[in-house]
Amino acid sequence: MAEPAAGGAAEFCDQCGGPSVDVGHERCASRRTLEPPRFCPQCARRMVVQVDPFGWTARCSRHGETHS
Amino acid sequence: MSISTTSTSDRAGTPAAGDILATAREQVLERGEGLTQEQVLEVLQLPDESLDDLLALAHDVRMRWCGPEVEVEGIISLKTGGCPEDCHFCSQSGLFASPVRAAWLDVPMLVEAAKQTAKTGATEFCIVAAVRGPDERLMAQVAAGVAAIKDAVDINVACSLGMLDPDQVTRLAEMGVHRYNHNLETARSYFPNVVTTHTWEERWETLRLVREAGMEVCCGGIVGMGETLEQRAEFAAQLAELTPDEVPLNFLNPRPGTPFGELEQMSGPDALRTVAAYRLAMPRTVLRFAGGREITLGDLGARQGLLGGINAVIVGNYLTTLGRPAESDIDLLGELQMPIKALNETL
Ligand code: SF4
Repeated sequence: MAEPAAGGAAEFCDQCGGPSVDVGHERCASRRTLEPPRFCPQCARRMVVQVDPFGWTARCSRHGETHS
Repeated sequence: MSISTTSTSDRAGTPAAGDILATAREQVLERGEGLTQEQVLEVLQLPDESLDDLLALAHDVRMRWCGPEVEVEGIISLKTGGCPEDCHFCSQSGLFASPVRAAWLDVPMLVEAAKQTAKTGATEFCIVAAVRGPDERLMAQVAAGVAAIKDAVDINVACSLGMLDPDQVTRLAEMGVHRYNHNLETARSYFPNVVTTHTWEERWETLRLVREAGMEVCCGGIVGMGETLEQRAEFAAQLAELTPDEVPLNFLNPRPGTPFGELEQMSGPDALRTVAAYRLAMPRTVLRFAGGREITLGDLGARQGLLGGINAVIVGNYLTTLGRPAESDIDLLGELQMPIKALNETL
């Protein structure tokens, strides 16, 4: 199962946007160490993500901002 | 500068067969003359059993012709995503179903990132935008950003803003941008398999303008995009002909939603052989470990690369993906007794 992104319950996978309860998130899990979240874990909207040399911020238009 | 399609093998007149490592030791290490395309291919075809010897030779070449210093750089995306081009490896193209959404960074955030980068000891800070070439809005943002960084931080500023016209090149040079990055990405013969919305020759033209304007030329590419070993050697020879001040070497990190999203990652030994071969083709250039090294080579890769021809690293995160913690690379440089290149050595 996908792990939650910072600050949210993980109804959806933050890497692929699919429901977290679905099987097949192994690739997402391995990706997560070197990827910021891309989808809001609460609503699966694509987030606006800004990566900087030392962190990231991800903004969902509905659920606000999370950061590293 | 001209684009030559002929092999550079005539330049050296080296034997077609034989012990390529012995040849490279005499030609590159002793005389400082880079390997030809055919010789690079021989290196790329070496078996895994020769890898340690190859890396040791590439390291000796780097130490002899570049010295022990390592150039440290941070990079930042000023404008992310929504690019009209179709580079098949790129998650920032607006033409693919990639999850990356368009975003702009403001000037205060740019300055803060430059400050944080300088704190690591880095001397280079590269501002990157996902565009075909800069429009007026982007040029204005870059001008404001470069001026604000120069006011606040002691660091060299480089840019990577796509293809430029002569006026834009002049303006960037006048802003004090000391180096411009524009990657040829791959061999000329393979480029149409990677990009269809512009040509390799258009990229070359921008590089020619950059050099003419007196900025340093930074030009590299990505290996592991399905090119043959022959094409990987061809690319090394084409880069050597350009004589860039810096060559960033990326390893394909297949991005979800892109045409290359399902390609296999290249193997660690292949990646290291490529590092060493490119060092032997370009003994004096700044050869930078760039994107994809973490997934291709893992944690050990940084050490092996730095002891195999690499003399520059990007610290921290990349444009859309995350890297190793900056401290890990800085600590490693200390352990390897490789000093970070000082600012006054690069200005
Ligand atoms: S031009 Fe640059 S940002 Fe645009 S698709 Fe190609 S590599 Fe990506």
